Amino acid sequence: MNKNKRTPDRRSMVAVAALLAGMLPALAWAQAKPAAAATAGPAPRAEVIHWWTAGGESAAVKTLADAYRAQGGVWVDTAVALGEQARAVAINRIVGGNPPTAAQFNTSKQFLDVVEQGLLNNLDEVAARDHWDQFLPETVLNVIRVKGHYYAAPVDIHMPLWLWYSKAAFQKAGIAAEPKNFDELFAALDKLKAAGLVPLAHGGQSWQDNIVFTAVLSNLGGRELYLKVLRDRDPKAIQSEAFKNVLLTFKRLQSYVDKGSPGRNWNDATALLITGKAGLQFMGDWAKGEFSLAKQAPGREYGCIAGFGPNSPYVIQGDVFVFPKTSKPEAVKAQQLLASVITAPATQVAFSMRKGSIPIRTDVDASKMDACAQQGLAIMKDKSRQLGNGEVYLTPDQNGAMSDVLTNYWNRNVPVEKVQKDLIAALRSN
Amino acid sequence: MASSASSSSKFAARLRRLTRRITPWSALLPMAITVLLGYLGAALWSLRISFTSSRTFPADDFVGLMQYERLFENERWLLSLQNLCIYGLLFILASMLIGFLLAVFIDQKVKGEGLLRTAFLYPYAMSFVATGLVWQWVLNPESGLQHSMRQLGWAGFTFDWIIDQDRVIYTVVIASVWQASGLVMALLLAGLRGIDEDIWKASRIDGVPAWRVYLSVVLPMLAPTLATVFVLLATGVVKVFDAVVSMTQGGPGTASDVPAKFIMDHLFGRANIALASAGAMVLLLTVLILVAPFLYARSRSHAAGQGGH
Repeated sequence: MNKNKRTPDRRSMVAVAALLAGMLPALAWAQAKPAAAATAGPAPRAEVIHWWTAGGESAAVKTLADAYRAQGGVWVDTAVALGEQARAVAINRIVGGNPPTAAQFNTSKQFLDVVEQGLLNNLDEVAARDHWDQFLPETVLNVIRVKGHYYAAPVDIHMPLWLWYSKAAFQKAGIAAEPKNFDELFAALDKLKAAGLVPLAHGGQSWQDNIVFTAVLSNLGGRELYLKVLRDRDPKAIQSEAFKNVLLTFKRLQSYVDKGSPGRNWNDATALLITGKAGLQFMGDWAKGEFSLAKQAPGREYGCIAGFGPNSPYVIQGDVFVFPKTSKPEAVKAQQLLASVITAPATQVAFSMRKGSIPIRTDVDASKMDACAQQGLAIMKDKSRQLGNGEVYLTPDQNGAMSDVLTNYWNRNVPVEKVQKDLIAALRSN
Repeated sequence: MASSASSSSKFAARLRRLTRRITPWSALLPMAITVLLGYLGAALWSLRISFTSSRTFPADDFVGLMQYERLFENERWLLSLQNLCIYGLLFILASMLIGFLLAVFIDQKVKGEGLLRTAFLYPYAMSFVATGLVWQWVLNPESGLQHSMRQLGWAGFTFDWIIDQDRVIYTVVIASVWQASGLVMALLLAGLRGIDEDIWKASRIDGVPAWRVYLSVVLPMLAPTLATVFVLLATGVVKVFDAVVSMTQGGPGTASDVPAKFIMDHLFGRANIALASAGAMVLLLTVLILVAPFLYARSRSHAAGQGGH
C-alpha cells in the first residue's frame, strides 16, 4: 500500500475516488442532521481502544475514523493487538480512572460485569433518537440492552459458521453440487478423501473446534435445541438423543482432518482451500479476507454456504463499542456522536466491506458488497433465522469451560455419555 | 571554608559515619518496598481474592474454599498439574545432565572453545516465543522433520509426538532442554574453572581415572553451583508458559496444558479472577513446600559455618 505513496498512479486515484464516493452518503447524512455537525466549541475528541490491527481490519477501522472526522470530531486511535489484551487494557484504564472515550468488546457478556459495576455511560438518548429498536437485530439488542438501558453501540455482525469450499478441489474429487445437508456433506468428504485431498481443512485450536461444534449444533440440532442448550443450559436437552447425535456428528467430522491439523492457525487452514489441497472449512466470514488477498472471488474460485436448508439459523457474533462513565460534558458529547456515526448506514457498509462482516442493519445499499455478504444480509431479513453465538448467551467462564470439554472430545476418545455429563457440569457453573 | 571545616571536623566525621551507615539501607529501600508491596502485598491480595466470588472485578464477599473445590474438580487443572510434574522432573534432570556434559566437554581445552560456548549458549539468548514457533514447525509431521526424513527415503520414519495426546508434553521438554542446557553449561563451566589445578595434578599422580575425579571430587565441590542451577531451573518450571503457548497452545485439546496457562486463561479470557487466584495460590504453595526444606537446610549449614569462626 505504501508503494503508491509518492507517485499517485491510477490505482490510488481510483482508491481515493472510491473512498470519496463512500463518504458522500455520510456527508449527505451530516447535512440532514445539522444538530450533530454544527456544534459550537472544541471538536469532540474520541480516544478509541480496539484490537483491529490486521491489514483488512485496520483499513476497516480507518473508515470509522474518517466518518467520525467528517462530523467534525477528532479520532485518537489506540490499537492494542489481541482481543484479550485490548479488553484487559480497557478494563484497567476504566478501573484506574483514566478511561478511553470508547472501547471495543465482542457482542457478548464480556462487558456485563462492567455494566453492573456502573462503570459505563448509557446511550439511551442516541438509541431513542436514531430508533435503534427498529433496525437492530433482536439478538444484538438483547446483548447491548441491560435492564432497559443501552450500554453499547454495535459495529458489525460476523457469522462464524460459514462453510467454505474450494471449487478446484470439488472438481478434482468429482463433486457436482455443493452439499445441502449433512448426508451430502459426508458424501462430499468421502469423495475428497478418495481423491487424495484433505477433506476438511481445520485448525486444531479450541476456538476452531468450537466453531465446528456450533455449526453442527445449529444446522443439525436446529434452532430449538440450540437455544435450549446454549441459552437455557437445560440438562434435559443435553441428555437428549438429538443432542447426542449432534455430538457424534461433530466427532465424526474429526476423522476427515489431516495429521497436521493440531495447533494450526485458521488462515493456514484457509490457505489449504486457496491452493486446492483441501475441500471444505468451517470458519467465520473473516476468511473472505484470505481469499481476497489471493485474488480469489466467491462463486469463481470458492463457494460459501451459510447453512443447510432454507431455515438454517444465521448465527450472530460481532463487535461493539462501550462508552466508559464520565461526567465531562465534552466527553459525553464525543461518545454520543461516535455512537451515532458508527451505526449510520453508509459507515456500516464502508466498514463491513473492508472487515468482511455484514452491517448491523439491513436497510443499507448492499449492491457493492460481495456475494456472500449479500447472501448473509438477505438471510438476516428473516428474524426467525437469527441466533446468537455461544458467547452471546454464556458468560466467558461458562463458554470457556464448555470449550475445554469440546476440544477434549474432538482430540481424545471420550465416550459421548461422559461428554454430555461434562457439558452439564461445565454449563452449571457461573 | 577551611576554618569552618577544622572547627566542625568531629561533626563531619560523625556525619560521614552516619551517611555511610544509611547509604546501603537507602539503596535497598526501593527493592524492599517492591518486595513488600509488589510481591508480598500482591500475594496476600491474591489469597484474599481466591476466597471470593470475583469475576471481572474483585468482589469483597467470602465464599470459603469454593474456588479451590471447583479447581480440583476441574480435569484440565489436574491434567496441567500432572504435566507440570512430568515436565519439571524431566526438564531439570535432562538440562543438568546435558549441561554438565557440555561443560566437561568444553573444559577439555577443546579448539574453538569460544565459538562452541557461544553456540551452546545461543538458544538461551533467544525468546521462546520465536524459537517455540520454529520447534512447532520442525515437529509438525506434515511439514517438519518427519516429512523431510520421509522425502529423503526413510518411508517408515515417524515422529509425530506433537500431535500425540500422551506424548506432546515430551516435545515441550525437548525444546526447553535445548534452550536451558546452554545456561547450565555456562554456570557449571565457571564452576569447573574455579577448581584448583593441583587437584587434577594430584589425581593424575595417584592414577585416578578422570571420570572418577569428576564424579567423586569435582561434583561435590560444585555443589553450591549445582544448587544455584537447580533453583534457576525450578523457577523456570513453575512459570513455564511461553514454551507451551508458542509450541502447542496447550493442545492438542488440553493435553499439554500447564498451570500458568490455565491461570492466564481464567484471569483474562474467561474473566474469572477468583479461580485464577486460587490456582496461583496452589502454585505458590507447591513452590513453598518444595523450597522450604531446601532453604532450611541451607540456613542450617550457613549457621554451622558461621559458628566455626
